[in-house]
Amino acid sequence: MNEPTDGGRFGKYGGMFVPETLIPACEELEISFREAWSSTDFRKELDDLLRDYAGRPSPLTRCERLSEELGYQVVLKREDLNHTGSHKINNVLGQALLAKRMGKTRLVAETGAGQHGVATATAAALFGMECVVYMGEVDIERQALNVFRMKLLGADVRSAVSGSRTLKDAINEAMRDWVATVEHSHYCLGSVMGPHPYPWMVREFHRVIGIEAHRQCIDMLGRIPDVVTACVGGGSNALGIFSGFVDTEAELVGVEPAGGAAIERGIPGVVHGSLSYLLQDEWGQVLEAESISAGLDYPGIGPEHSHLADIGRARYEKVTDAEVVEAFQLLSRTEGIIPALEPAHALAWMSRDREFLSGKTVLLNLSGRGDKDAMQMMEVLG
Amino acid sequence: MPRHDGIETALIKRIQQGGKCLVPYITGGFDGYLETISAAADAGADAIEIGIPFSDPVMDGPTIQMANDIVLSKGITPERILNDLASLDVDVPLAVMTYYNVVYRYGLERFAANLRESAISGAILPDLPLREAKPWIDVAMGNSIETILLAAPTTTDEQLPEICKNSSGFVYAVGLLGITGAREELASSAQVIAKRCKATTKKPVLVGVGIGNPKQAQEIAEIADGCIVGSAIVQKLLDGESPENVGKFVSEFRAALDEI
Repeated sequence: MNEPTDGGRFGKYGGMFVPETLIPACEELEISFREAWSSTDFRKELDDLLRDYAGRPSPLTRCERLSEELGYQVVLKREDLNHTGSHKINNVLGQALLAKRMGKTRLVAETGAGQHGVATATAAALFGMECVVYMGEVDIERQALNVFRMKLLGADVRSAVSGSRTLKDAINEAMRDWVATVEHSHYCLGSVMGPHPYPWMVREFHRVIGIEAHRQCIDMLGRIPDVVTACVGGGSNALGIFSGFVDTEAELVGVEPAGGAAIERGIPGVVHGSLSYLLQDEWGQVLEAESISAGLDYPGIGPEHSHLADIGRARYEKVTDAEVVEAFQLLSRTEGIIPALEPAHALAWMSRDREFLSGKTVLLNLSGRGDKDAMQMMEVLG
Repeated sequence: MPRHDGIETALIKRIQQGGKCLVPYITGGFDGYLETISAAADAGADAIEIGIPFSDPVMDGPTIQMANDIVLSKGITPERILNDLASLDVDVPLAVMTYYNVVYRYGLERFAANLRESAISGAILPDLPLREAKPWIDVAMGNSIETILLAAPTTTDEQLPEICKNSSGFVYAVGLLGITGAREELASSAQVIAKRCKATTKKPVLVGVGIGNPKQAQEIAEIADGCIVGSAIVQKLLDGESPENVGKFVSEFRAALDEI
């Protein structure tokens, strides 16, 4: 995957659509990231942290019983086994290290399911930085466990009470905070979205997933998989794993919730700093996404996904909440792995389209574990 | 129609007469907003900024957000607001303030043409910074619409002349690091950005964000050519004040500025 253009575009998508107040900070961030990313010292410090603190490399797991049930070979990239329970830690350690290098003392983050918030709070604790996490009021209720974890880690969790009171509104609040505190705060954005350089930088911090998975597939399978799939809200875990296979023959499939299917039902629009497919009404008002999974409850999608969809290099499927609940149980039952609701979306598509996938080898990025969803699923499953 | 002379012309006229400029902000689509605009014009506003509500206004604080949400919940569209304004008979120039997605979805050309047809002189798009603004500015100029750009306290010395050069109508100096909303005290950053802008451009420089009472307006207008008053006025709308009372509130700002 290539760098975006100078203007921060992937094809026509992306850009830096933020108030003038934030432009110098975004431009400084781009320069600092570019410099850090080409510094061997920075790369070594981050690699050491990813290994010694986050537990990388994450394993690749061959799924015997699930493969038997679905009728084709499945392997999982186990991002659920990272410290804090999801892929989010890769990006957060990178950004926190960068923020420290830039002399920032405070991290601001948004969170949906709470995984990015927990990861940010973790990094802030590790580096001794102040941390404020904005979370939609609705999500605070359905992800009480992660709220507790963030507080335990020393973060100030603030409720976003405007609009749909979910991820989109938490991002609005985080951006408003950043507009007021930009001199000493770093906005630790949790996905491949927002203004340039975030979509590019966050993808680069997750590239490690794809690099490892490519090597592990060669070692374990002797070949690259036929299909690489991942769930997509903003789309960071998907771009992480896609980046390892975009130059191969592998088919790339992102899976969105039916209630937040930006690629299929969206129209290009500008929100949260970039131009990308967006669920909106005919007047440009952003629509509220609806999903069982707080982490995918987002009406937009990262700009590079919009570009990959337009050029046909990746395609995007959508699944219903009911299919996700099935998949959540399927992986638990067949492999002894309780997935987060987010990657259960990709598995739900795999389960539904098993005829199409018959005879193929499918790599699923298991982006997080399901502990956080246990309470919610207890209610759903009675 | 004096409205066709545009914002910059109107403001320069006031400045040349030795006066200071006052630009109130009123949320479009809010109950009684057309009467409120007229009352504000009668109370001595030099131009009026009309907000077109957007679902995700990242530059706005709680007051303007709340007024926004009330209008949106009634299903009032941007087109409806522009149509309302077309039939409004006031003798001060108008600008709309909205977010870029509203314009993008409308279609740049169609939006600019619609502004022109409604005799609206300018547009303020706070999430469209100069580095992304060229496509819009080109279309706006083609339709004789002034694009008012924002200069922030964080704007660099290299960037400030570019913003001033490309802004038309006036230069909107953002008074503080933060979102819209009235504050107890005038931020010291307001004077700093006003001075920097005045040293950079001959265009009118108006300070907005954080100007909530006549005393603050007077204080900042010692340096700037005037100010924009938003949340303090919108709060009056939220409190259910009549257009006449909002007009009286605007005239307090007018009187304070006229004392300078």
